[in-house]
Amino acid sequence: MDNGIDRRDFLKLAGLGGVVFASALSGWPGSAGAAAGEFHFVQLSDTHWGFGDPKINPDFAGTLKKAVAAVNALDQQPDFVVFTGDLTHTTDDPKLRRTRLDEFRDIAAGLKVKTVRFLPGEHDAALDQGEAYQQFFGQTHYTFDHKGVHFIALDNVSDPQAMVGDAQIAWLKSDLKQLKPETPIVVLTHRPLFDLYPQWDWATRDSAAVIDALQPFPHVTVFYGHIHQEHHQMTGNIAHHAAKGLMFPLPAPGSVPKKAPIAWDPAAPYKGLGFRDIDADVGKPAFKLDELPVVKA
Amino acid sequence: MRSVFWRVLIVCILAGAPGIAHAEQTQVVHIKAHMFAYSPEEIVVKKGVPVTLELMSIDRVHGFNLPDFHVRATIEPWVSTTITFTPDKAGRFTFACDHFCGDGHDDMSGVLVVVD
Repeated sequence: MDNGIDRRDFLKLAGLGGVVFASALSGWPGSAGAAAGEFHFVQLSDTHWGFGDPKINPDFAGTLKKAVAAVNALDQQPDFVVFTGDLTHTTDDPKLRRTRLDEFRDIAAGLKVKTVRFLPGEHDAALDQGEAYQQFFGQTHYTFDHKGVHFIALDNVSDPQAMVGDAQIAWLKSDLKQLKPETPIVVLTHRPLFDLYPQWDWATRDSAAVIDALQPFPHVTVFYGHIHQEHHQMTGNIAHHAAKGLMFPLPAPGSVPKKAPIAWDPAAPYKGLGFRDIDADVGKPAFKLDELPVVKA
Repeated sequence: MRSVFWRVLIVCILAGAPGIAHAEQTQVVHIKAHMFAYSPEEIVVKKGVPVTLELMSIDRVHGFNLPDFHVRATIEPWVSTTITFTPDKAGRFTFACDHFCGDGHDDMSGVLVVVD
């Protein structure tokens, strides 16, 4: 938990008191190239399509659809949307796994935004090493560039041991070699890339090798899921931001004796669920993170 | 291998403490991993006395991670895995499966209680 920084500290840092705040330590200087500019993208995570416990979420069949509608209703449509894993809830049945992935893909196709990126979570990929996931969504790790920012999608879930693995780390190093040191980098992944709370399996076993590879770059930000709540942490100069989930919230790390989904609150439906709008202005030293609800109060 | 495991487990139960057999120098703890729990899920050991964990899965591959003491292992089905360490602090410490094993993986955890 070194360099820990909670949401309140972030708000103080950014001098903002609402739901919008800045990832103030992860920005970059201007001059990121001719393609640089202002844009925003949306992160959705942990939709767990196929989960069906009504005590935890009585709207388990409708929450994802409501989130899609909420993104479609944004005043300004994002440049792209990314789902950071656990698209579906796990099952031992390979046929049912594919059914859930197929249904999830159909619902996600309702997004107005044309460019939608996907990453697997362990619920999608760990029981078959990503085989079914790849049939529907292709590669589990990849890169793309957008308006001066280099995005890297890392797979830390297809190996059930929660490892990125030597081959993917070699691929990462090879990719980073091609970048200028000042290039702003965004890493998208599912599990935390640091030991957030290994007692609850909130870690990536070989994350140190990933962080070592990224650490020489001064402008790196990681967006991830897995823990079903907002969380912000620095490791060195790298900012890590966990997103809320879209099926059930989980308790704060170590706050209860045993990790379990937080039950639905009829007095506050969809509490703890939500998605994130990320505003990037390549020329200003910050991302702006806007945490949005599934349903407006 | 199965019969040895069950004999050892029965010895532990008869010893009167959940999952623990006291020896002169080492505390031997037998833990069975299965979908999606450990048996026992709470084990009690003495601080400063070496502990040997005998881990075995009776169904599929599981993990055992006790990060507060830097102890972890992958537990293969019907293969005994042994880890020895000495707890140097008292308290309650969570251990959990860190090898994704299915729908109940997130529930698969237990507590090591270290007493003075």
